[in-house]
Amino acid sequence: MAEREIVQNETATVRVKRGLAEMLKGGVIMDVVNPDQAKIAEDAGAVAVMALERVPADIRRDGGISRMSDPEMITGIQEVCTIPVMAKIRIGHFVEAQILQYLGVDYVDESEVLSPADESHHVDKFAFDVPFVCGATNLGEALRRIAEGACMIRSKGEAGTGNIIEAVRHLRSITGDIRKITQADSAELFEWAKRLGAPLPLVQEIAQTAKLPVPLFCAGGIATPADAALAMQLGAESVFVGSGIFKSNDPAPRARAIVEATTNFDDPEVLARVSRGLGAPMTGIGMDDTVKFAERGW
Amino acid sequence: MADPSTIGVLALQGAFAKHVSMLEQCDASLKVIEVRTPAQLWLVDALVIPGGESTTISKLLDLNQLRHPIAERLADGMAAFGTCAGLILLATKVLDGREDQSSFGVIDATVRRNGYGRQLDSFEADLRVRGVEDPYRAVFIRAPKVEAVGPSVEILASIAGSAVLVQSGSIMASAFHPELTTDLQIHRLFLELVRTS
Repeated sequence: MAEREIVQNETATVRVKRGLAEMLKGGVIMDVVNPDQAKIAEDAGAVAVMALERVPADIRRDGGISRMSDPEMITGIQEVCTIPVMAKIRIGHFVEAQILQYLGVDYVDESEVLSPADESHHVDKFAFDVPFVCGATNLGEALRRIAEGACMIRSKGEAGTGNIIEAVRHLRSITGDIRKITQADSAELFEWAKRLGAPLPLVQEIAQTAKLPVPLFCAGGIATPADAALAMQLGAESVFVGSGIFKSNDPAPRARAIVEATTNFDDPEVLARVSRGLGAPMTGIGMDDTVKFAERGW
Repeated sequence: MADPSTIGVLALQGAFAKHVSMLEQCDASLKVIEVRTPAQLWLVDALVIPGGESTTISKLLDLNQLRHPIAERLADGMAAFGTCAGLILLATKVLDGREDQSSFGVIDATVRRNGYGRQLDSFEADLRVRGVEDPYRAVFIRAPKVEAVGPSVEILASIAGSAVLVQSGSIMASAFHPELTTDLQIHRLFLELVRTS
């Protein structure tokens, strides 16, 4: 009887890869650049950390080419963290993905925040055991990434700006089109697939389920507890916070407040309480003269 | 209880929405609510503690002032079902946890957090579960490993010698995620336990 217990033991199935994203729902994933920040993030109640060399605000300031982080830094963070560790690769840079998978990171972010490595192809994410998250500005882009094997989508927003306007635009675009598709008749779905540049079966699936086939998280511009709650009320299932925490005056209390706000996103009493006395948020920048990372991705 | 009408799903963080949907599919007459506040907790006859990050959920239990009310309800005999992080939160002893995380200790079990490894080690497997059609396909995500159980604990399923579904009185807990499949049998097992306890 004992030998019959395990009939088939399979890793890296679609359910297993999407499953971790399900576990991160209602949580905050924080950008960290060293083990000390990773500890602060975990202490504050982060569900996962994103290990990267520079937070997006510094990438904007410094310019130049930004790449996958030094493996030494990533393993340093893995050693101090008990929560999942994610790391970023450049769009299309499948060798960086091979390295991160070898290091045993829990999720790979094929990210527009780094400099793209390929101007027309994203990574074939089905070729990997490690699950991938990808950014999207609209539903078509989200579905193309899912067709390539992404197991989690994050609306892109504009990383490193501390400005929520782009995140709101992208979230509204994705959820708005999902709502419209649920109203479409079966003939109109062909036109939707064509207009979105997305595979028809995924469009048909959305017409049935009224949601993306994978979890939808929000990134790019969240700087306050209210920003996190706004993203959640607009339909995000979790939030990524990058520069918003470690570019603020006092990161630890702000990190904890954003965690509380994400859980209690529809409770103004909690939101008012956790927003008090957090010190100055990151200064942030307007969109007029800003390089748009979100335009990277095809 | 003869006719349980309200099941709560702890909705601080994690896969709570999937549990709500599974429970609603089990029995359309069941009232299923998300629990984020003590006031919501008092409305429920039984509680599901979902998978998620146990460290995060543990912190939010304190921030949302739910730890003591839940401990009280459990001491009064409220039925509960914990999956993955929920198993950790119900166990008496947690290994490889954080110092500041603490559990309700209502299942006499020693559980190692992420005992099956990181995400790349996450897996699906067929199980034999007592009272459930054979085989049952289970999904394990960075799952906790049950390293020992006390005499009060009944093992309903195991893998390679480690318990993965256990019951102790009106408490049930799994290392895997029944909410990630479309198979309702494990949730039905829990509802049966709620009815008889």
